[in-house]
This record gives sequence, C-alpha cells and structure tokens, in this order.
Amino acid sequence: MFDKILIANRGEIACRVIKTARKMGIATVAVFSDADRDAVHVDMADEAVHIGPAAASESYLVIEKIVEACRRTGAQAVHPGYGFLSEREAFPKALADAGIVFIGPNPGAIAAMGDKIESKKAAAAAKVSTVPGFLGVIESPEHAVAIAEEIGFPVMLKASAGGGGKGMRIAHSKDEVAEGFARAKSEAASSFGDDRVFVEKFITQPRHIEIQVLGDKHGNCIWVSERECSIQRRNQKVVEEAPSPLLDPQTRRKMGEQAVALAKAVGYDSAGTVEFVAGQDKSFYFLEMNTRLQVEHPVTEMITGIDLVEEMIRVAAGERLRFAQDDIQLKGWSIESRIYAEDPTRNFLPSTGRLTIYRPPAEGAIDGISVRNDTGVEEGGEISIYYDPMIAKLVTHAPTREAAIDAQSRALDAFAIDGIRHNIPFLTAIMQNPRWREGALSTAFIAEEFPEGFQAPEPVGVVATRMAAVAAWIDYLEAKRKRTISGQMLGRALHVSRERVVMLEKQRFDVTVDERPDGVVLIGFSDGSTVPVASDWRPGSPVWEGSVADVAIAVQVRPIVNGVFLQHQGASAKAKAFTAAEARFVELMPEKKAADTSKQLLCPMPGLVKALMAAVGQEVKAGEPLAIVEAMKMENVLRAERDGTVKAVHAKEGDSLAVDAVILEFA
Amino acid sequence: MKDILERLEDARAQARLGGGERRIRAQHERGKLTARERIALLLDEGSFEEFDMYVQHRCADFGMQDQKIPGDGVITGYGTINGRAVFVFSKDFTVFGGSLSEAHAQKMIKIQDLALKMRAPIIGLFDAGGARIQEGVAALAGYGEVFARNVKASGVVPQISVIMGPCAGGDVYSPAMTDFIFMVRDTSYMFVTGPEVVKTVTNETVTSEELGGASVHTTKSSVADGAFDNDVEALLQVRRLVDFLPANNTDGPPEWDSFDDAERIEHSLDTLVPDNPNKPYDMKELILKVVDEGDFFEIQEGYARNIVTGFGRIEGRTVGIVANQPMVLAGVLDSDASRKAARFVRFCDAFSIPLVTFVDVPGFLPGTAQEYGGLIKHGAKLLFAFTQATVPMVTVITRKAYGGAYVVMASKHIGGDVNYAWPSAQIAVMGAKGAVEIIFRQDIGDPEKLAARTKEYEDRFMSPFAAAERGYVDEVIMPHSTRRRISRALAMLRSKEVDEPWRKHDNLPL
Repeated sequence: MFDKILIANRGEIACRVIKTARKMGIATVAVFSDADRDAVHVDMADEAVHIGPAAASESYLVIEKIVEACRRTGAQAVHPGYGFLSEREAFPKALADAGIVFIGPNPGAIAAMGDKIESKKAAAAAKVSTVPGFLGVIESPEHAVAIAEEIGFPVMLKASAGGGGKGMRIAHSKDEVAEGFARAKSEAASSFGDDRVFVEKFITQPRHIEIQVLGDKHGNCIWVSERECSIQRRNQKVVEEAPSPLLDPQTRRKMGEQAVALAKAVGYDSAGTVEFVAGQDKSFYFLEMNTRLQVEHPVTEMITGIDLVEEMIRVAAGERLRFAQDDIQLKGWSIESRIYAEDPTRNFLPSTGRLTIYRPPAEGAIDGISVRNDTGVEEGGEISIYYDPMIAKLVTHAPTREAAIDAQSRALDAFAIDGIRHNIPFLTAIMQNPRWREGALSTAFIAEEFPEGFQAPEPVGVVATRMAAVAAWIDYLEAKRKRTISGQMLGRALHVSRERVVMLEKQRFDVTVDERPDGVVLIGFSDGSTVPVASDWRPGSPVWEGSVADVAIAVQVRPIVNGVFLQHQGASAKAKAFTAAEARFVELMPEKKAADTSKQLLCPMPGLVKALMAAVGQEVKAGEPLAIVEAMKMENVLRAERDGTVKAVHAKEGDSLAVDAVILEFA
Repeated sequence: MKDILERLEDARAQARLGGGERRIRAQHERGKLTARERIALLLDEGSFEEFDMYVQHRCADFGMQDQKIPGDGVITGYGTINGRAVFVFSKDFTVFGGSLSEAHAQKMIKIQDLALKMRAPIIGLFDAGGARIQEGVAALAGYGEVFARNVKASGVVPQISVIMGPCAGGDVYSPAMTDFIFMVRDTSYMFVTGPEVVKTVTNETVTSEELGGASVHTTKSSVADGAFDNDVEALLQVRRLVDFLPANNTDGPPEWDSFDDAERIEHSLDTLVPDNPNKPYDMKELILKVVDEGDFFEIQEGYARNIVTGFGRIEGRTVGIVANQPMVLAGVLDSDASRKAARFVRFCDAFSIPLVTFVDVPGFLPGTAQEYGGLIKHGAKLLFAFTQATVPMVTVITRKAYGGAYVVMASKHIGGDVNYAWPSAQIAVMGAKGAVEIIFRQDIGDPEKLAARTKEYEDRFMSPFAAAERGYVDEVIMPHSTRRRISRALAMLRSKEVDEPWRKHDNLPL
C-alpha cells in the first residue's frame, strides 16, 4: 500500500479523497492555485503544494506541475478526482513515465471509452444494448419507413452531419416518417450541405440510469448497483439517487451484467460508470462510460456500505477486489442534492462571493437515518469565478425512498448559507414535488415541472401553520426576555397578553401562546387546534430546529425589521407577530408602492470606473453588482439597491467620475 | 355620585375623540395613525397614564374662543416600554392640525419637567402644522420654553423624536435638539420653510418630499437618524431602540440575560480581511459576528456610509459601535463621516455607554471639496469627541490605520483603554508606496530601488508590530477571538472612573 498520495484536484472531491486516505493511514498531499490558498482541502491535507495562478489551465490542468509536485513531496500515487485531468489519457501516461501510480483506470481503457464512436462500437461488440437504428445511408422514404417499422415507433430522423437539434425530427407513425424523411433530408442539405439522414429509436421520457463498476488489475470486475440521475438541468445533474425507482431486480442485473461485460472488454481496472438512457418501459441503451469516480458516487456508497475511493486506492496498489458480485447487497435508499452557488430565481445565474454564513446540517446517523455532507468550503470561504459552482453534496440515507426524501428535505431546511445566492430553496421545492416523490422521473423533469423557472412560493397548508407557530414561538421567547430588562418602574410582572396575531406576508393567524411547565410552548390556532412547539433555538442562529406538532423540522430564520424572514420546505415568507391592538393598526397601514426614490445609480465618490457589469435592458436584482469604481486606490463595488431593469448606461469603463455622476438609470 | 362619575366618563370620551371621527378617518386615509393610536403602539399595552386631557387654549382672537377641543392638539403623559418609564407627547393632527398654542406648549413643558425630575427618557411624536398663528407671540413663547427644556435635558435623559407627518417652522427645532430623529417614509417631512415660501424667496420649485422627506434627511442632510416604512414599523423600532438606551446619564445601560456566549469563537473572521489590500470587505459582518445574537441597531445608516455607527450588546449590556466601512469610499474619513461619528460618540459618552471602535481607515479624504468644506474642523470634532470620552473604550484595528486618522480613531494616545490589532493591521503614517516616494525621493527614477525600499518600508511598518513594540496596541489578537477579547476588556473596564478638572463646558470645534 502507498505511504503517501497526491490529490490532483480541489474542493469537495479533494476533501473526500483525503478523508479516506487518512482513514487508511496514507499521508496526503494537496495542490492549490492562488485562488485556493485558504481552501479547506489545503488545510486538511498533510502537505500542500502551490501549483500556479487561479486559472485551472495554468494550475490544476498542467500535468507537469502535478508530476513535479509528486516528485517534490514523494507522493507514490495520484488520485485525480473528477473533472480536471481525470479522463485525460496523457495524464496516467505522464505519471507512469515518472514512476507514479495513477489511481484510476489504465490509459488504454480511458482511450477506448473517451471516443464516443469508438466506445459505442466497443459496446456493441460486447453485446451491450445500444440505441437501435440504421447507421447506413437511407435511400428513400419507403426505405426509412421499413427501417422504422423494424425499430419500432417513435423514431428520430437525424442528419448525419447535424448537431444541436438541427435537422432532427421525431416521427410516431409511418406517414410521419415518410413525410419527415423528405423534410429532414432537405433541411440537412440546406443546413449542412450534406443530405444524409439516419434513423434511430426515439426514447420518450428518457431516464438517466448509470451502473457503477469496479475492476482490479487481475481481471476481476463487478457492478455495484445503479444510480438514477434523471433530475437534470441543461444536462447538469442536480439530484441523484440510488437505487433507481424504475428498476426491478431483473433489469438491474441485466444492466449490471452488460456494464461488466463492457468494462471487461476494455480491460477496465478501477472504479468507473457505465451510463445508460432508459425508457419508461425499462428498455435501456448504452450512452457512454465515465472512466473516473463520479460526482454522485456517495449514494452508491450509502446503500452498499462500500467506500469507492478506498477500493480505487486498493486496486491501484495492485490488490485484488475484496468483493465478489454476490457480496454486493443493497440496503435502503439514498438521495443526493448538489448545492450550487447559483440563483434559482434568476435562471440559475452563477453567484460568487464570500460565504458569510455556511452552516451545513449535522452529519451522522440517528435512528437509521444518515446525513452526509461532502463539501470543500467553510464559513468565511470565497466562491470564486474560476471553478465549478458546486459547493457541496448533501446526501441522506434511510430505509425507504420516502424516508430518504424526507430526511433530505429536512437536511436542506437546516442548511444555512449567506453571502452568495444558492439553489437550496429550489432543491427543497423539488423534494416536495409530488411527481418526484412518486418517482415518475425523466430527464425533462425540471423543464416540465418548473417551466417558468423557480420562484419561492408563499407558504400554504401545513407549511404555513408551522411557520406561523415558529414565528409565534420566537416572538414569545424574545418577549419573555424583554420583560426581564433592568430598570423597570413598577417592580412587578408586566401584563402580557397571551393572544398574538402572526402575519405571514398577508396571511393572518390569530393564535394564543401558553408555556407548559416543561418548557413546551402551546400555540393555539383559531380553528381550535393546538400545536406544541419545542426548540433550543436562540436569537442569532440562522436555523431554527425543533419540533412543531411533534414533527422534527428545521426552518431558516433571518432577522428583518420587526420580524423574521422564514424559509421552510421551499416556501418563504416574512413573518411578524403582533398584539391584537398592533394588528389592528397594521391593517390601517397603506401598502407601500415600489420605492419612488432614485431610479439612478450615482457615483458615490470621485473615482475611476473600473468595470460596468450592467447593460441596457438587463434585469438586475437587489444586491447585484452593477459597477466597480476605484477611489482611494480601492475598488468599490456598487450594487443595485432594489430589483429593476437597466434603462440607460451613462458611463463607460475608464471614465473618471465626480460625486453623484449618473452611472446608469433604471426603467 | 354615580352621575358625577358618568360625567367624567363623558368628558373623557369626548377628549379621546380629539378632532372627531371625520378627521380621524382622514388621518387613516393618509396612511397615518392618530396620536392616541401611536401612543398605544409605543407603550406597553395599558401602561399609558395621561395628563391634561381637558386642557384647552385661552385664545380669544379670530373666533378661536368658539373653537375649543379638549387636549388642545397634543396628548401627554407617561407609560412604560418593557416596564421602563418613559414620558411621551404625541401631536394630534386632528385638533387644530396639531398646531402649538400656549396651552399646548404648557402640556409639553409639564412632561419635560417631570421627565427631567424623574430622570426618564422623553419621546415626542410629531405630526403638526407649526405655531398656532392666531395666538401670535404666545405660541412663540411656548416654543421657546420647550426648546429651553430640550437643552436642559440634553445629556441628562435620552430624547427621541419621531416625525410622523408634517413638521415645519418652529416645530423642527425641538426635534433638532433631541438625541435621535426618526421619520416615516412618504408621510413625513421636515423643513424650516415650506415649498410655497421657497418658491417666493428663491424661485425654486420643490415638493415637500424633495425639500424635507425622509430620504432627504437620512441621506443628504443627516438631520434624521433613520426612516421606516410606516407608523407601526417606526414605533416598534423606537421600542427596540429604547431597550438599548439608559434611562439617564447616571443609571448606566440597561441589562438583560444574553442568549449568546461571551466567549464565542468566529473562525470565519480569520478570512474577513482579503489578501489584496485594495479589496474592500464588509465591516458589518465583523460587527454582526461580534455583538450579542447579531443584533445591531444602526444609527444614520443611509448617511456617510463610510463610517458605521450604532448600538449592540456585549454580554447583555449596551455598547456603542463606531467602525470604518471599507466597502464605501475605502472607509476614508471625510467631513460627513467625522460629524456623524462625533455626534454618536458624544451621545454614548454622555450616557455611559461603552464604545467599541473597529478601525480600517486609509486617512482623511483629500480634495478641494473637503478642504473648502472645513474638513479640518469636522475631523477635529471626531478627534475631540473620542478624546473627551470617559466611558470604557475598546479599539480593534483590523487593517489600515494610517496617519492622523489612526490617531483620531480611538487610539491609545487619545484615551483608548484597551487597543487591539489583528495581525493584518498596518499602523503607519501612510501606505508604503507613498511613504517611500517621499523618503527616497532621489530614487524615484529607479523603479528597482524603489521597489526594494517599498518592501523595506512594508516589512517595517505594514504590520501591527511597530506599534505593539511601543505599547500603542496592547496585544495582537486572532480575528476569530475578537468577541471574547472585547467581552473580557469591557468586563474589566466596568469600574472605570475618570476625574476631569472642573470647567463650565468644553469648546468643541462646532
């Protein structure tokens, strides 16, 4: 076994690999760019080597720098993580030349699977099911219909030279094939100057299901269950799970055996993933093979108990696989959510900045329900523009799919991140989605379920009741302390009414608040129901955790003027608690029109415009940077004070501006 | 006997109606509450004890003798905010537009006198048309007496004014002499002379909002200390502020049990100051992570944002926080920032509220606008205020502390009791580049030499250690332990006593 390995990666996956190496008693070496000087993976590793500027092309992607870092530190092997150099054939070769072991497959396997056409050929040769179709030249509409009938409807007519959806057409019947063929041909000719068209089976409502395989250098290879990754946004996976709600044991075994056949055919000798597209009828077809550790590997680990990184290291060191196929047992269900630094309410625009608050939920297992958070950032860390915006993978495991989803939802509710925008509200909303809960998935799930994008809904039903109860509980806790302030006039208890009105935005809840001797607070609602609330939450904490009506829940809490902003299960609302008298006055208050003041961004100081981030017609959100003005040798970021649309831009980069010069105007 | 009691009830009922249902409705339609409703919101439920409900004016001119409404346009009395006594007057716009008569002024004066005797805060709610002109000089005399008491109470009991409607002419000067002014957005304005007069005298055409609305006074004039969206929000926030304030200048700040740990460690503060010295960061993150429960009541949030002032608590006791804000103008001290902070420091000192100062200041702002505007005198105000303060003072330098601005920001030399610096602190006369270009002027043509000199200067002065060697900072502390350090320093300083020589008063450079 190795004494020391280097991890040629950053962020959560570097931390993930370091954890396992440490568990195995192997010393670790991290590499870092200028932007990652203070990163978590650098702190975690036993040693760290600086490998250059922030841009990955000058640091994490430079093979010589990694090899040099190994030489300097004496690392005997390199784990590539995913991304960066993990699937570059040249990397293991360069390492081998330097006498360093690559913790991953042999270069031949990477090469064989790296090419889309070659890999399909290899798959077909290994009798792996591939998408039925006719790759030859089709002569006539009749020929096309004949092929389509052989494949089965629906089919897709595709321009051989095409791409990006152009020259593609779906046909559900003979007539549609005949008609579509002519049009596809002429479209192909005009778009690509090549009128060749081929026919392929079209999979409606496709699902993405992949098989984890594990091989060693002694010719052994097994499959380690599947993962379903159908929840994607623009081909980027968002939520993954294992096992797949679609598969039955027979299909699972068929897929697994085909995956192993393919892996064996290319001499695969590490952890890898064979990706399939599956139809709702459980038909499945080979897509591609990823010759590395997948981002979503934790869900497999959770249901099999196998540490895939450990097995990768062991087989890389020449050990034989420790498991036979029959040793692999699936236990329970696991869900993973990818936490991205992106704004779900603004078309998932990436967000960068300082993590002023980053408090993931507690990890560990309680009553058969586990929470695991694979992360590479910490509070006070910086999300930079240079790398992938994924900041954490939140994984839950429970005996059933439903319990795993509930645990995921609760863990997401308990995850506090401030300073950047992130997709947790969106992920939480997915967890509540009935179609997701049924497991009726397809890769179009997000596009179909969130056609207008995502806006956090106002709370309704039980979520609203819970929020109202939590708001009343917080108000009660704070009011109780206020009554203990020093310097009171009468020296006897203040009269405080047990009646409260909680406003969740415009929803009104008339409640009574009573504390039981055991500290549990009873919130009585006007429909006669009484909700016991208990928590050890204290002001200043961003996450309220406790029980409401005997259900353990977490609610995000942020202070606002005279109240709190609450988020729970994807919904959000401003919550304010009033006395009955106050509530009467609140009702008299007029609704505020959108602020009337300044529709202009003024230069707050004499300075030089270093950058303008807003263009005419652009929609901006409050807090979004609009311009950078340099003054006193300092860069000042000017941010939008409220949401709006840019009407006109009056300055340009390089302008020297006086105080109150108009930089841009809002509509 | 019972019928006598009933007569009293009738008289009360009539007084409570003020200017009548129609005017109350009109008030509501404008989005405003009535004077009584405001008091009900401000004070603990049922705690209001009213005075002078039946007072009427004594004017006999211009037909006023036929128009008398009990209360005469102002409601006065006392009550409690979380059990602590406060005195209140609330202008009743439904009665003669809230205008000030001689009798109206006498009601205010009674409250002011009593508050001063009882050493309890005075809160005034303004929504009025100014002097009752039918009364002529009698009304002016009333103003004068109110003003005199504002001044007498200044520095003895906290005085808070909330502008919740018009406040013009003579009415503006009573709030102007109180400690804090808050305004309600869109429904309140304050000016000495209104738009009509402005038009006649200067030919300027302005609206009331443009002349003296909340946004003007919170961002341009600095007359107001904060603004809120409506009456309810404003009054509930005044309650929150009062929880921070001492009742008077001898009792010391109020206390309650903190839910927060005085020794709380904040690891994220270790990365707050960016590696690049020209990159700003948000000083408010430090403030929110240092004070109890992240609860910070900011004063003058919208004005001179290059300095942050406000109240927080450490271990359940109020502290005043003054902090340079690198996010705005690099945290430079200019005239506006100096005046804003000076006034805040003097309030805290007057009322025995300890001061915590966070320093990241590149210096005073250069330029003709500043010099012509009297930067020397305004900067001196802050220097004077900090120097004169005798309350416990704890100072933490996070990054830059350059030149005269270093001295001004509660340095050891002017009375800082406990002065800490983060390892990222740079305490120097100026930045390294500028300093080297002066000291080694002869090397300006030689960039290589200059770079070497700059490095030399940086190594010597761009750290807290040159100051620590001389004892100007007491310790270089880890950023993550800032709250713990401040808590302990303030605990030690609780018994601080300073003897000052007798003087009538100082001569602050006004």
